[in-house]
Amino acid sequence: MGKQAFDEIMGGTGDDGARPELQELCAWLADTPDDELRRRQQSAETTFRQLGITFAVYGESEASERIIPFDIVPRVFFADEWTRLTDGLAQRVEAINAFLVDIYGEQRILKEGVLPADLILGNAQFRPEIAGIRPPHDVWAHICGIDLVRTGPDDFFVLEDNARTPSGVSYMLENREAMVRLCPELFAKFRVAAVDSYPDMLLETMRSVAPRGCGGRPTCVVLTPGHFNSAYYEHSFLADSMGIELVEAADLVVDDDVVFMRTIGGRVRVDVIYRRVDDDYLDPLVFRPDSMLGVPGLIAAYAAGNVAILNAPGNGIADDKAIYSYMPEIVKFYSGGDAKLPNVETYRCREPQALKYVLDNLEQLVVKLVDGSGGYGMLVGPTASKAEVERFRAALIAEPERYIAQPTLALSTVPTLVDQGVAPRHVDFRPFVLSGATGVRVVPGGLTRVALREGSLVVNSSQGGGTKDSFVLMAERGAMTQTMDGMTQTLGAMTQTLGGAV
Amino acid sequence: MLSRTAASLYWLGRYIERADFFARLVEATLRLDVLSTRSAGEDAWRSALAVTENTDAFIATDHALTREEVVRFLLAGTDHPGSILRCLARARDNARAVRTALSREAWQAINAAWLIFDQRLSRLDPTATLAVVDAVKGETRGFEGAVHRMLRNQTTSFIRLGQAVERTDNTARLLDVKYHILLPEGERVGGTVDRDQWTTILQTVSAVTAFRWLYSDGLTPTNVIDLLLSRGELPRSLAASTEETVVALTALARASGTQGEADRMARTRQARVAKTRTGDVIAAGLHQHLQALIAENAQLHDAIGRQFKFH
Repeated sequence: MGKQAFDEIMGGTGDDGARPELQELCAWLADTPDDELRRRQQSAETTFRQLGITFAVYGESEASERIIPFDIVPRVFFADEWTRLTDGLAQRVEAINAFLVDIYGEQRILKEGVLPADLILGNAQFRPEIAGIRPPHDVWAHICGIDLVRTGPDDFFVLEDNARTPSGVSYMLENREAMVRLCPELFAKFRVAAVDSYPDMLLETMRSVAPRGCGGRPTCVVLTPGHFNSAYYEHSFLADSMGIELVEAADLVVDDDVVFMRTIGGRVRVDVIYRRVDDDYLDPLVFRPDSMLGVPGLIAAYAAGNVAILNAPGNGIADDKAIYSYMPEIVKFYSGGDAKLPNVETYRCREPQALKYVLDNLEQLVVKLVDGSGGYGMLVGPTASKAEVERFRAALIAEPERYIAQPTLALSTVPTLVDQGVAPRHVDFRPFVLSGATGVRVVPGGLTRVALREGSLVVNSSQGGGTKDSFVLMAERGAMTQTMDGMTQTLGAMTQTLGGAV
Repeated sequence: MLSRTAASLYWLGRYIERADFFARLVEATLRLDVLSTRSAGEDAWRSALAVTENTDAFIATDHALTREEVVRFLLAGTDHPGSILRCLARARDNARAVRTALSREAWQAINAAWLIFDQRLSRLDPTATLAVVDAVKGETRGFEGAVHRMLRNQTTSFIRLGQAVERTDNTARLLDVKYHILLPEGERVGGTVDRDQWTTILQTVSAVTAFRWLYSDGLTPTNVIDLLLSRGELPRSLAASTEETVVALTALARASGTQGEADRMARTRQARVAKTRTGDVIAAGLHQHLQALIAENAQLHDAIGRQFKFH
């Protein structure tokens, strides 16, 4: 792998020059001295630090606010690539929505034996507490971050679905700000679709799912765990960009199944909550009786149809790693067609045959905890030490149902500025998919994460990953249908699918 | 506006103001100690601790009462709440909690002030101290400038309210302590004047030049007291701070359409301060007068919390 990986700018092996469409970018890279690139990169990072675009690393003490390293070399998607991606993403997110409607409703997919029932009903992410509740407009997964990896020009795979509270969209926006400021010449060379409409789209999405009968202008808020949370900057950034209040649980109070926020002038009714707190800390009356955190009565207000919560409580069942391997079946079940975006091949260690294969091939596989995240609890076979492999072997034998395994993919690379100069580094991609009452939309951009260490496949910020701007190039003159800002839309299809499933 | 947001903005105003005041006090004390012809030495630093209400906390550290130790304590102490560093950290915490209410410039100034303490702390000779103090003053000034460029709405009113309440407390305390030291009981106002000492007070409230413009008959204790008590032209005088408190509260009342206990208290106080004559105050006892004002200010602080449901 490593060496033969597909480079998204330099093409196949790097010997035959840049991909034809990107020769100008390649020339820019060659003509701009490393020192100049480094200067610009440092300037961007200084700005990020001044703005406080930081994240806290759990387990480290006080001055542990770090910025995520920013790489000055952008990653580029062509217009036709983006159209195909958008189709695949819309299909997948529509299926996730339909799945959630079904699983907390009729459970057709279990009755028809497509999924093993114990996989759902015995899963900690399945929340029987909210079964039977229908969120306003039947939308569950309003904001999804679908993690993609690429192995070739046309080969994209879904690595992970994030249907709970995916973060990173502020980096998409701030990275673009930095690029426009520091490398304006690139925007003269390439027609890059704008991403700055994201906050407007998010607010439209929030308003579109407001409870029926709340009047013309629903009151929307962003709910944050507070300013010590690692993603607090993003929470405040989003609230600010949308011009709505950023609230903490203590600012909200539920009275007679109606949610209010406490203001200096008294209580103000709240209609739509974009929450960035986990289910566990939403409502102590329902999820965690031992917890002091949360808003007592919030779920009752939600059940009464008086407030919309984005994303819907209970979504964890849709992006659970144990469910992931069934996504092709789930997409097929609800959309009637094959998944346009394939999964990475996945071995479910709960199945004895798969477990045997995994144990026999540990050195070639990536093994993941079903309930882990952030790159923790993960074995990357090819780069792991013998001791680590053996530790995972023991863990797999002890609790196979907690693990899945995947082949190590030759992840695509993008030239990246590192200590030695510009060199290929592996990347992944998180586009943000919005689902409202009127359909699914994808902003033409996303978060590209890059593994800064040579050969590394781990892009998590907590594990030495960085970020890049992601350019989506606009089509030349009318080559595709698109709105002014290059945003593609799918309309209607989703409401139909959902209508049919309920 | 969320009550929590209002409380954070108010405290943000208080902590920024306090950090700025401490910075000025350290600077003025440093001048008194090292830069003046007759060094005031230990006494200067003892009074700086008294003005900032840090006397007991400093004694608890068991450090010697030297310039370097007190400067380190007031600038960068982390194990007691009364240092500039801690004030700025609290200001920044509050600012982070209301990040959306602040403009980028306002936030950047607070963040930059906080970042000052990332470096420059190994040695604290007078030059290094002045560099830190200047940097702090620069950023707090930048913050004030940024606040003036923000929308004139409830956000800025709460910040200004916090600043005004804090400023009232600081000025009263400064005058009380310094007066006590300079004119111990039994000594008459108008006796021999320690010019350096009185100049220190003026430096702390940035009023050295202003004083010359307002008082042609020279540096006398009565004039300095008069300036700090009742001259509305001086932003840090008690007359100006109590008026600013009323202005901020009135702006808030106009936005909400309601008034409360805090409005009444602040207006009563301002009317009284405006009528106060310096001569009468000195005759009746400046110390008692200032102590009463400090207590009243604390009551007003509580009334503000009740009125805007901070808790």
